[in-house]
Amino acid sequence: MIITVNINGKNVTEDIEADLILLDFLRKHGCYSVKRGCETSNCGLCTVLMDEKPVLSCSMLAAKADGKNIMTLEGLQKEAEEFGTFVANQGAEQCGFCNPGFIMNVIAMFREYENPTDEEIKEYLAGNLCRCSGYEGQMRAIKKFMAERKGAK
Amino acid sequence: MKDTVKNLKTVTKPIMKKDAMSLVTGKPVYMDDVVPDNCLIVKVLRSQHANAMVEEVNKKAASMVPGVVGIYTWEDVPQERFTMAGQTYPEPSPYDRLILDKHVRYVGDPVAIVAGENEKAVDKALKLLKVKYEVLEPLLDFRKAKDNEILVHPEDNWKSLCPVGADNKRNLCASEKTSHGDVEKVLSECDVVLERTYHTKANQQAMMETFRTYCYMDTYGRLNILSSTQIVFHVRRIVSNALGIPKSKIRVSKPRIGGGFGAKQTVVAEVFPAFVTWVTGRPSKMIFTREESQIASTPRHEMEMTVRIGANKDGKIRAIDLYTLSNTGAYGEHGPTTVGLSGHKSIPLYNVEAFRFDYDVVYTNVMSAGAYRGYGATQGIFALETAVNELAAKLNIDPMKIREMNMVHEGDIMYAYYGEKSNSCALDRCLARVKEMIDWDNKYPCRDMGNGKVRSVGVAMAMQGSSISNLDVGSATLKVNDDGFYTLIIGAADMGTGCDTILAQIAAEVLECDVDNIAVLGADTDASPYDSGSYASSTTYLTGKATYDAAMKLREKIIELGAEMMGEDKEKCEFDGSKVFYPESGKDVSMVDIGTKSMLNNNITMELTESCSSPVSPPPFMAAAVEVEVDKETGTVDVLDYAAVVDCGTPINENLARVQTEGGIGQGIGMALFEEVQYTEEGRMMNNSFMQYKLPARVDYGKIRVEFESSYEPTGPYGAKSIGEIVIDTPCPAITDAVYNATGLFIREMPITPEKIVMGLIENEN
Ligand code: FES
Ligand code: FES
Repeated sequence: MIITVNINGKNVTEDIEADLILLDFLRKHGCYSVKRGCETSNCGLCTVLMDEKPVLSCSMLAAKADGKNIMTLEGLQKEAEEFGTFVANQGAEQCGFCNPGFIMNVIAMFREYENPTDEEIKEYLAGNLCRCSGYEGQMRAIKKFMAERKGAK
Repeated sequence: MKDTVKNLKTVTKPIMKKDAMSLVTGKPVYMDDVVPDNCLIVKVLRSQHANAMVEEVNKKAASMVPGVVGIYTWEDVPQERFTMAGQTYPEPSPYDRLILDKHVRYVGDPVAIVAGENEKAVDKALKLLKVKYEVLEPLLDFRKAKDNEILVHPEDNWKSLCPVGADNKRNLCASEKTSHGDVEKVLSECDVVLERTYHTKANQQAMMETFRTYCYMDTYGRLNILSSTQIVFHVRRIVSNALGIPKSKIRVSKPRIGGGFGAKQTVVAEVFPAFVTWVTGRPSKMIFTREESQIASTPRHEMEMTVRIGANKDGKIRAIDLYTLSNTGAYGEHGPTTVGLSGHKSIPLYNVEAFRFDYDVVYTNVMSAGAYRGYGATQGIFALETAVNELAAKLNIDPMKIREMNMVHEGDIMYAYYGEKSNSCALDRCLARVKEMIDWDNKYPCRDMGNGKVRSVGVAMAMQGSSISNLDVGSATLKVNDDGFYTLIIGAADMGTGCDTILAQIAAEVLECDVDNIAVLGADTDASPYDSGSYASSTTYLTGKATYDAAMKLREKIIELGAEMMGEDKEKCEFDGSKVFYPESGKDVSMVDIGTKSMLNNNITMELTESCSSPVSPPPFMAAAVEVEVDKETGTVDVLDYAAVVDCGTPINENLARVQTEGGIGQGIGMALFEEVQYTEEGRMMNNSFMQYKLPARVDYGKIRVEFESSYEPTGPYGAKSIGEIVIDTPCPAITDAVYNATGLFIREMPITPEKIVMGLIENEN
């Protein structure tokens, strides 16, 4: 079947097999930031934005993205760098394998919430597992990022 | 000592990891991001039986699938046994593996390898393979394994290279007895002797990047292996053993690694694509699914530990007797060595007159265990620390106090730790500080919050090692380049811990330059100096020491070349990081010019390698206190606040040490409260995905607070010891203690599930 997906601002039209998973489609088109950590929709590593909303690309058919806008970290380099610097300043990126999915979801969170509370942050990101950091450094990064954003306004 | 640490410019600073910005912006740096599309896909067919003989594999239909390139069974692979454990040769782990074996020993053991042009073809072929098994009765209860008539390894070509007390005809992977003093005599003199048995289950390392390897043949006809591994040099030897090809034909390197925690200290994925590429000459890759990573890897050894602990009425602990039974599963990877830590890294926390430590490691028909952060110490420390807490309860002594009375101090001889002297130990300060942090005196033992909820506190201590003494080798190569920048080449593997940066900090400190002036390359068996690899808490301590030594020697070389350029006596010249100068005349020559000169008419080698092993393995120490809330109706335990203070010697990079600690505690909380590998009665794993095997998410616990109380380790670089493993050791005993203080129940089997608490409370009422 032929689909047209807008990936990070560029339209891609391709004849795909019906059972192709969105994650594999995106990686095939150079979006290597999208990672697979499980087969059961439990880890959040594969998070991308579809029409601005975070989705798990591992549990969605590429066909479902036909006519949609997909953003991955490749298309959000400026945001990734801005927020990512705060993660890096904590040393909380560790192995880094969970980072793209986590940062995608953080970007989505800040588009929805101006000033999320600790509880809202934890809930929003609950599906983003990290085996390395224990989450504390990620939380410090989010708080410092928020504080600086506030100061800038 | 403290002053020297205080004046450091780069070491101790929270410098950003060199790879940080690549990682947070999602750059393609991991194995599957950098390999070409045209490689063969390698997968294996796995046994559905826990113990069986493969009688026949019918490949007919499968080989007709378009795109299938090769299907291999046990008849196609070399028949020399080897171990997949990444350890120094001769490995203590027995040679009990084949790439594929006629005898399959756990549900998940590989039966056939399939290689094909694409994933679909390979998946289809796997479905079409028909296997005829002779199904045998499995041995699943590790308590009954020793001398059972079912033998997991009845074969005659099984072999053990080291005297570890192994005997395959008794299902023994290892067995040993050690002691100091007369335990029975001292115990008989004690006012109280407590005997308790504790049980820890297998746990998954569950690094986010599953096992994966890419292989290709290079221009020189050599097998190149790019793998997500902690141990490039051991991979080279193990693949050579497995394939029966010379080591000279193999090169192993690693890209960025998506986490390891010890899992990647075993050659889990490498042999399969290596075999395929060697046989077909074509590039190939194997990527484990999460399910495969769960069912066919090398998790923590399940252990049962019986502790006898004797003390005087006043709380003075006098003797400890420990017996550990460890379950190595179907193969012996890390079996003989992990078990040792259950005693050697728990008992020395206390100064006792006598100890005994005996163990057996047995084979069973479940997935092989392996190396997981903590490496046996985690299990032993849970047992011993809980026994100490039980003793304190029995004697009606505050568990903080019993530790203050008995714990190891700087300068003590640790008899259970190979007689090593504790040269750097701030455990007393760590304990005092966590006591303050958690506000122990106001919170111990508990407060009833009404509506069935109780808040309580618990405490535990831990120790680990820093490298394997007299065995591990750490190495570093440093060279001068033009513009005067340096390259640091290592064989240790940064698996996210930040060792590339930490080692560069050490080099930069010695060479008095910025960390950005040190380019780091690692790890590649063709380019790197030999290093055992990143495990056994060795990298900062041992490879760090080698880096320090190499940088010190390179300083001399720089001065020598600078002096030659100025025509002065090198003995009178000095180096300040940016120039070599001759104080008497005020002459100098810049590092940039020295870099240029090193490449122009030069006879002084501006590159050198230092290697080192250590006669000691200085333990880092740690104390932790936790506050929990237990719901007595539902049995749920909420970790509200986890306070930890670590003595890792000098933290080379405080940020990275802190995040290591938080991450290790997070994993430990998972082990304490919900992580356990479970099997059905047929030996099939029940929790083979992240759906059923639950990892701690950020909503699963409250805060973790970490501080450092540093001692100064005289043998470490800038006083450093290790931190990577110790940090997982305290949650099990600390939370168990807190649960006791809330409920009066000592849960002696991890994890502490709500059912165990509710059932225990019902039992106590009756
Ligand atoms: S890969 Fe795990 S949730 Fe998508
Ligand atoms: S940084 Fe390794 S899993 Fe999050």
